[in-house]
Formats: sequence, C-alpha cells, structure tokens
Amino acid sequence: MTHPPPLGMLAEVTHRCPLACPYCSNPVQLDRRSDELDTAAWLGVFEQAAALGVLQLHLSGGEPAARPDIVELTRGAAAAGLYTNLITSGIGLSAARLEALAGAGLDHVQLSWQDTDSANADEIAGFAGAYARKQETARAVIALGLPLTINVVVHRLNIGRVAEMAAAAHRAGARRIEIAHAQYYGWGLVNRAALLPTLDQVEAAHAAVARVRQELQPAILVDYVAPDHFSRWPKPCMNGWGRQSLNVTPRGKVLPCHAAETIPGLVFWNVREHPLREIWEASPAFTAFRGEAWMKEPCRSCPRKEIDFGGCRCQAFAWTGDAADADPACQHSPHHAALRAAVAAPRTDGLRYRRFSGAPAGPGG
Amino acid sequence: MSARVPPDARPRLARGVRLHQDRARGRTVLLAPERVISPNPSAVEILRRCDGTLTFAAIVEDLARVHRAEPGRIAADASALLRDLADRRMVEL
Repeated sequence: MTHPPPLGMLAEVTHRCPLACPYCSNPVQLDRRSDELDTAAWLGVFEQAAALGVLQLHLSGGEPAARPDIVELTRGAAAAGLYTNLITSGIGLSAARLEALAGAGLDHVQLSWQDTDSANADEIAGFAGAYARKQETARAVIALGLPLTINVVVHRLNIGRVAEMAAAAHRAGARRIEIAHAQYYGWGLVNRAALLPTLDQVEAAHAAVARVRQELQPAILVDYVAPDHFSRWPKPCMNGWGRQSLNVTPRGKVLPCHAAETIPGLVFWNVREHPLREIWEASPAFTAFRGEAWMKEPCRSCPRKEIDFGGCRCQAFAWTGDAADADPACQHSPHHAALRAAVAAPRTDGLRYRRFSGAPAGPGG
Repeated sequence: MSARVPPDARPRLARGVRLHQDRARGRTVLLAPERVISPNPSAVEILRRCDGTLTFAAIVEDLARVHRAEPGRIAADASALLRDLADRRMVEL
C-alpha cells in the first residue's frame, strides 16, 4: 500500500550548537559528531526525498552551520529541486558564508531570537554575545536580499515582549516572524516549571499578537502558534502522524516528528539501511499511528478526529503511558485535569541548559 | 473587491518564492517560506508571466489573446490573485 508522499522534511544535520536554549526540541540524549551522516549520505537522502515528493527541506540542527559542508549540502538539495530553508541560531554564519549559501541556491533563512532584551536573550541562549551576533546575521541576510523569518519561542521569561519582538523583526527587515509558544517535550519538559507562563500572561500575549497584526501586517507577516497547555483542544500535531512530514536525525534515523523517540517500543528505520520511500511507506514507526485504526475512545468516535488527529502521540504517552490515548490537552481526555493541575502549579526559577549527556525526566517532575 | 493592479505595474514573484513542477502529484505549486500553495491552472498562467519585466497591462492582453477572453474579466481575476499574494508577501507589485 502506498501513502500520499510527504511535503516537508526536517534534516537535523547535527545536534552540535553553540547555544544551550532550555526548550530545545532536540532529544535530551544528543547525537555526537562521530554519529553524524557524512556529506555523501545526506546528499543521497536529499535526492531520495525530492524523488519521493518532498517539496521543502528544512536544514536544521542543532546549528546547521556547525557542519563545515553546509554550503555543499545546500547546493545538493537545491540541485535536487528542493526548496531550501536554513533554520539557524545565526552563530557561526559570517557574511561570506551566507553569500556562499545564497549562491548555492538557499531559498530562505529562519533566524532564532531569544528576546529583544539583549541581556535576557543571552541568558536564555546560555551564550554571552549571542544577541549582538544575531543582529549581525540578520543584517547580512537582508543585504543579500534573502527572505528572512525571525523565529521566537515564547515562555515565561520573554512573553511580555511579544509585540516588541514583532516590531524589532520588522525594523530588521524580516518578511515574517513566527511566534511560537514553547512545547513541553525533552528539554522543554525538563524546564517546564520555569518556562510555562501563567494564564494571564498567555492571554496578554494573545492580545498583543492581535494588536501587532493590525499594526504591522502585511509589512511583516505574523504567524502565531498558541500553547496547547491552555487550550481545551489538542493541536493537530504534525497535521497527522506520517501524513505530511518526516524528520531525519543526525545519525540517519527517520522519525515522524522530532519527539517520536520519547515513545518506547517504536522502531525507527535508518537511511543507512533502507531507502527513504520504504521508510515513509512501511517502517513500523510511521505505520504505528498513521490514519485512524490505532485510535481509542474518546478519539475514535470524536467528530474532531479529522481536525486534530487525536493531538500529539508523544504528549499522550508522556502523560498517560499509552501513546494511543487522547492527548491530555484535550478536555475529553481523562488526564486533562492532571495537565491543568500542572499548569496551575507554582512556577520555579532556574534553568537546566541543553548540554550533551543529559538525562530524561517524566512530566511529573 | 480588491483594487485593480495599475496597468504599468510590473508584478514579480518575491525573492524566495517560485513556481515548481510537483511531479509526484502532477501539478504546479507555488513555493514560499513555510508555505506550499497549489494554484489553479489559470492562476499558474498569470504567475508564470509575473517576471518583473512584463507590465500588468501586457500580461492581461496576452492572456486575453491566448484564451480568447474578455480583458476586463481577466484583469479583475488577475488583480484579485496578485493583491492577495502581495498581502502575503509572495508577489511584489
């Protein structure tokens, strides 16, 4: 049986990164440099992805510019016909290197900002001077004429400056800003009590985004991802498992989403051993939650199952111990009250930064 | 209803936005930052001509000739499409 092909592929070309953001979407157990696929292996994956039907490639990490071959990887991806998007911290990207990337066919740059308050931005990133270097990178991207998106992850330590961040991104020349609330998997889960905003803060942020859209669109497009922990309905995670996207880790494992390895028992195939098409269509991890056959109640008979696909499998497992349960962000989940209690619990200070050799923790603590 | 695009405008796809032959699905798509749009065949015909050199008037005239259609109708449809994409920063007028 064949499935509609994926539209997008996230290539985490490395887990190495100069920053140490405490909400990083990488797993708590990071791949090391010696584990990474080499240049030829990545180029082969990109060609297979284009042939399979992938249209957009997101070159990410870690910091993708930590790979000395990032220009070569970009050139190969563009030659394969993929729309290439670089998702970067902006550290380690000189103007000359950016120019080489543009020449290699790079289509779009997504630059992360941690805050518009420079001291707080550096504190969140765990890297002194990060803020200033990011501004330099933004200027270099704009000077090359490349479209720039600013990415901001929102949490308790920066949520009051959502409107300022959009205005600053506009002044910097960005065409788009993506304001996304932190998600609580991996590192984000470890730091949840320090990062989770209060309901009042979330409501103020929603209002600030509405206001800033009125003022600044379409001069800058404002995309906003609201937090599922404050909602009655789950997010349509990945627009459905194995439906539109796939994710390749530094060592070549292919995942339906970046957090999928947190679900025990799932078997992921590796591009070193299987063709990408076969992995998409037939690997156990992709078939596990594709479609609706895996659903239990309350999802199975829910009219919203075609809207949100039962929410997030990783979050379901983290809270209930069964990845086929409803996402606890849903008000119909028997575990919704537990999630609400965590949201209502007191916040703590102090961050655990993203470093190599961490250890995972459950949602309870 | 959106305002007409001026006849002397030279619409172009913004940098980082391009038409792409999506062979796996047998269609032409418009690729842009974090967006994949599947325009209908008439929209594709309009967008193919938005190269920054042709004026809007010339694009309308060409499409009216090729499709033996009424230019006023084509100008209205093309204006609506291009204004919408300009609001999404995908087309520059």
